[in-house]
Amino acid sequence: MSSNIEKVKIKYRIGKSKTVQAIIVFIAFITTVPLIFIIGYIFKEGITKVNWNFISKIPAPVGESGGGIVNALVGSLMIVITASIIAIPIGIFCGIYLSENRTGRLSYWSRLAVDVLQGIPSIVIGIVVYFWLVKPFGTFSSISGSVALAIMMLPILVRSTEETLKLIPFSLKEAGLALGMPYHKVILKIIVPCGISGILSGVTLSVARVIGETAPLLFTAFGNPYINTNMAKPMETLPHLIFNYATSPYDEWHDIAWGAALILLITVLALNIITKITTRKWKVQL
Amino acid sequence: MNNELTADQLIDGNNHATKDSLVHTKSEQGVKSKKMKGSYGQIRAENFFKRSLIVVALIVLVLVIGIMLTLVLESIPSMRSLGLKYIWGKTWDPVNDVYGAYPFLLGTLLTSFIALIISIPFSFAIAIYLGEYQPQGWLSNFLKNTIDLIAAVPSVIYGFWGLIVLVPLVRDMEMKFGILPYGIGIFTSSLILAIMIIPYAASLGREMIRMVPSTLKEGAYSLGATRYEVIRSVVLPYTKSGLFAGILLSLGRALGETMAVTMVIGNTSMIPTSIFSPGNTMASVIANEFTEADHTLYLSALIELGLMLFVVTVVINIIGKRIIKKFTNE
Repeated sequence: MSSNIEKVKIKYRIGKSKTVQAIIVFIAFITTVPLIFIIGYIFKEGITKVNWNFISKIPAPVGESGGGIVNALVGSLMIVITASIIAIPIGIFCGIYLSENRTGRLSYWSRLAVDVLQGIPSIVIGIVVYFWLVKPFGTFSSISGSVALAIMMLPILVRSTEETLKLIPFSLKEAGLALGMPYHKVILKIIVPCGISGILSGVTLSVARVIGETAPLLFTAFGNPYINTNMAKPMETLPHLIFNYATSPYDEWHDIAWGAALILLITVLALNIITKITTRKWKVQL
Repeated sequence: MNNELTADQLIDGNNHATKDSLVHTKSEQGVKSKKMKGSYGQIRAENFFKRSLIVVALIVLVLVIGIMLTLVLESIPSMRSLGLKYIWGKTWDPVNDVYGAYPFLLGTLLTSFIALIISIPFSFAIAIYLGEYQPQGWLSNFLKNTIDLIAAVPSVIYGFWGLIVLVPLVRDMEMKFGILPYGIGIFTSSLILAIMIIPYAASLGREMIRMVPSTLKEGAYSLGATRYEVIRSVVLPYTKSGLFAGILLSLGRALGETMAVTMVIGNTSMIPTSIFSPGNTMASVIANEFTEADHTLYLSALIELGLMLFVVTVVINIIGKRIIKKFTNE
């Protein structure tokens, strides 16, 4: 009798365990539904709008059909490239400093600063850069947008460089120093090349993060319906164009926004996949 | 003659010798000084390199201090003329110069916490599945990549999708319940936010659950515990601080999220009466009104909102990171 009760009890416990597992697996996989739905919807809506005219013409006025987003493509490209030129050297050097000096007062505060930077909402960075670079010069400018994006790129660059360089064995550095190599050559010619894949994946990851940022550009690069290559003047960007056109009441503009959203989405996904492949190929831990 | 010659030759030879030796010593000195110069140069390059590393580390620090100072300095006019009333003031009316941040504080807290409550079951389920049930295999790889992509999609795209697809769905639902069918509002923003913040708690939770020592789990299994019992009484208690940190990081992200919320929350400065009514968050107010702010007090009041947002998100983030660091060191 009692062994029977025990058997039932055990069966009950095993059953409970299996049910919980089924529920957890189910809930975990439900999360993929919205993403697939969003990506599918954007492809469906956007794919019909993207053609040669779309990526080579400037937007048409309200009421006219056609028109493209070349101003935003050029603007996004220029702003992100400028931001990378500003952020990459600072980010990598700061990462090198932090991995070389793991303890010490400056590294402690610098590391804390990077943590703080990572937590700052993007809109707040927009406000601050507005006061640094827009208000003093009296005009919105794409260079201020680049600075705002560069500030957002920094924490990712610093973190990925630091984490990658920390994993490189100390014996490599010692071997270089024992051969009489000066310190900067040991760092630049041994340590950094060994960790280059991790650093590169940090770069692509940071670019992927900022290329879709809208909030810091609202008060800095501002937007422009025409093609502009002057860094001191306002410039249109893809995410800002999507925001403007998506919140407008016109259907033609919604169509343009869908096309732009598709292009932006493909760019971001491609950058993420490149990062994934680099990290997998070189077995980088990020 | 011969003698002289020889003497001359000798002298000559001597001269040659001395010249030779002179030349020799000169060239040796040259090499030495070159070497000296070279090592001086290297030392200088080394010092320059070390110094520039320090300068860069200082730049990052100065940048953050500069951001803080700018926010504080620019919000002084509003702090001085509005004081603490600013936080509890219930009306935001720029035309009459009345600024109260309460509606936006409430909006931010409501959207973030509702989003958090919706997202927690999902992110914990993903963390447990990827960390405990199936750490490897193509299915878990697929799930992991999907989670990474959710974090990668730009927020303006979420906002756009929410505006076109989610808002009509919510409107239909509201009609069925018999509430005013706005469609846009706090609930819709929370739904979008919930999707956006799932990856943060999920991927952190996965890392934490993987770090549970297998001896602990094996011990429980050997005592006859089922898988569910191991998770409930070994894995979750062991990782609870890490999971909490993941929730904090998600919350920090939700508080500061701007674009997606701005597009679907409805942008009104009224105090929200229910979770279905339109409202505004701190970030969305700044995004909407910053370029329209035409006088100092208005601008300054907006910046004070930014300052509050900054302080709250930074504190939450740093607490979260501290907990993770403590956890991983143990």
